[in-house]
Amino acid sequence: MKKYILSTAVLLTLFSVFSYSQKISFKIKGSDTVLPLSQLEAEQYMKNNSNTSISVTGGGSGVGLSALLSGTTDIAQSSRKMKIEEKQKMIDSGKAVKEVVIAKDALSVIVNLGNKVSQLTREQLEGIFTGKISNWKEVGGEDLGIIVYSRETSSGTYEFFKEHVLNKKNFATSALLMPATGAIVQSVSQTKGAIGYVGLAYADKSVKSLKVSYDKGVTFVDANIANAMNLTYPITRPLYYYYLSSIEKTVKPFVDFILSAEGQQIVRTEGYVPLK
Amino acid sequence: MKLFRKAVEKTTESVLFLSSTVTTIAVLFIVYFLFSEGLGIFKSSPVEGTFIMVVNKVNPVVELSAKEIKDIFNGDKTNWDQFGGKHDSIILFTLTEVGDMFTEEELGANYEYMPSKIDSFITANPGVLGYFTKNNLPSDFQGKILPISNVSLKEFFLGREWYPTSAPAALYGTLPLVLGTLWVSIGAILLALPIGLITSLYMAEIANEKLRRILKPLIELLAGIPSVVYGFFGLVILVPFIQKTFNLPVGETALAGSIILAIMALPTIITISEDAIRTTPVSLKEASLALGATRWQTIVRVILPYSRSGIIAASILGIGRAVGETMAVLMVTGNASVIPHSFLQPVRTIPATIAAELGEAPYGGVHFKALFALGIILFLITFTFNTLVELAKAKKIKQ
Repeated sequence: MKKYILSTAVLLTLFSVFSYSQKISFKIKGSDTVLPLSQLEAEQYMKNNSNTSISVTGGGSGVGLSALLSGTTDIAQSSRKMKIEEKQKMIDSGKAVKEVVIAKDALSVIVNLGNKVSQLTREQLEGIFTGKISNWKEVGGEDLGIIVYSRETSSGTYEFFKEHVLNKKNFATSALLMPATGAIVQSVSQTKGAIGYVGLAYADKSVKSLKVSYDKGVTFVDANIANAMNLTYPITRPLYYYYLSSIEKTVKPFVDFILSAEGQQIVRTEGYVPLK
Repeated sequence: MKLFRKAVEKTTESVLFLSSTVTTIAVLFIVYFLFSEGLGIFKSSPVEGTFIMVVNKVNPVVELSAKEIKDIFNGDKTNWDQFGGKHDSIILFTLTEVGDMFTEEELGANYEYMPSKIDSFITANPGVLGYFTKNNLPSDFQGKILPISNVSLKEFFLGREWYPTSAPAALYGTLPLVLGTLWVSIGAILLALPIGLITSLYMAEIANEKLRRILKPLIELLAGIPSVVYGFFGLVILVPFIQKTFNLPVGETALAGSIILAIMALPTIITISEDAIRTTPVSLKEASLALGATRWQTIVRVILPYSRSGIIAASILGIGRAVGETMAVLMVTGNASVIPHSFLQPVRTIPATIAAELGEAPYGGVHFKALFALGIILFLITFTFNTLVELAKAKKIKQ
């Protein structure tokens, strides 16, 4: 009897070791903006390919890229391009990195439904978010104080908005920093003089999305997926995957899946902007 | 047998001793960790990591503070004569400008030509202010490295601007955060203490047994609700209500935070003070009533003085919860780091700041240390509260 149990155990161990070696597994880490998308893509991919296991975690773009450098993740998901100093570090440690744009994300500038203003230029947005413009009448609205809502400083969305809309200037100290995108939508919908920014998918019917102009007021563009896809809407950013070229064979099928029609359909249903 | 019993006794004793020692050591260790990480802020430069600021060697400016750097990069100050230099406009030069100015070929596949390009640009432009790491500069660098003053005590405690991720130099002024925390907590105490005390008196002395049996579990239920739920309730119900009632431009205010915290502290205050009030011996109460005192006189003159220390303990625990509470406050106070002048303004509290920022602050960096230093301030605030209460108690015993 004892012998029987022993041999079964040995067989089981051998079997599990064998099946383990057949299994492909890798990790994705980084941006919280890309996180929900990566999770859905990974779930669908694992459903199609049962021998692959993918674990996805967040932590921020910077965290993901430094994990790629230290070798604790296989793919770094990032909502911004790798900075020149990060690339420098990669070069210094002798690692070659591949960059893939997997989808795009657009930010809507939102105001209260009762606000008469429906379009702003980039310069006006900069003035409002840095605190130089503090009343709606200065930008064609009624005589009403402007309440600025922003994400917390730790958010990648905050950094993106600061870089691309505020020209790297600092937000006004009086800006209200909210812990989540949903909280911004909620607050803007119930505060008359409010303005905020959220991912395109989050701007629902309870708030109004503004048209934005990046050419000093010549053309104002609506924030929607079509305009973001053909690049006419200016507050759009690509979402990246970074991985080491040495493990390309392992991760390539997954990346190809995201870029396929099925993968891009998931991008669209999640409210991100598909590439095609 | 006797030996065995003795051995058991000895073991129990040492287990008890060990667990109390472990607890003490753990507490001391945490306090040590907090202080060692937090105090490091005063030995750190507000410029992140290995970055340095460089200027042309003919530039007479010898030092810039974090605030001055922020003003320059914000575009508020654009000329060197505002910092004691020559009348010459400031040209900002960072890796982003390098990327715009030179093509990938010019910099080389592995950026091997970058240091010399940077060096020659700085040498050619006397008004340049560069922001690079040491690796970006050649070994025979022609310019001047500008020292950045460390974060000073004065800047940290009296600074009015909290820009923890502002590049290149962050600003760590904690005054708005400290005042915001005190503002919200004091408001919460002012609301919660009288209500809590009255409710506990009612439940212990006036309500009949049947009513008490319904009330008590209901109030204790309040303590079991997760703070995020309170926060969301505050954001959706309380914030618009405050905005409409006081006709404010924005409803996320210190008052909203105080009310939510007061509701959250109520179960603690009520339960503990009620228990304290109920410990008043029946003989004392009966003696008072027998002397002809009314029920009200008995409550004020006999019951309240007798249960004073318990009520004080209840309020400390309530205050403790109010000062340290994070999530609910994070959602309803607006978190704007401005110095509050009234309860009807947005404020940013210390716990909310730590919770919102610690996740993305690089381990061991300046921002990380600044958040731990905020933790020290919070620790000192609660410590002061506790000491005050201990003093009050000691005074009572003397009497």
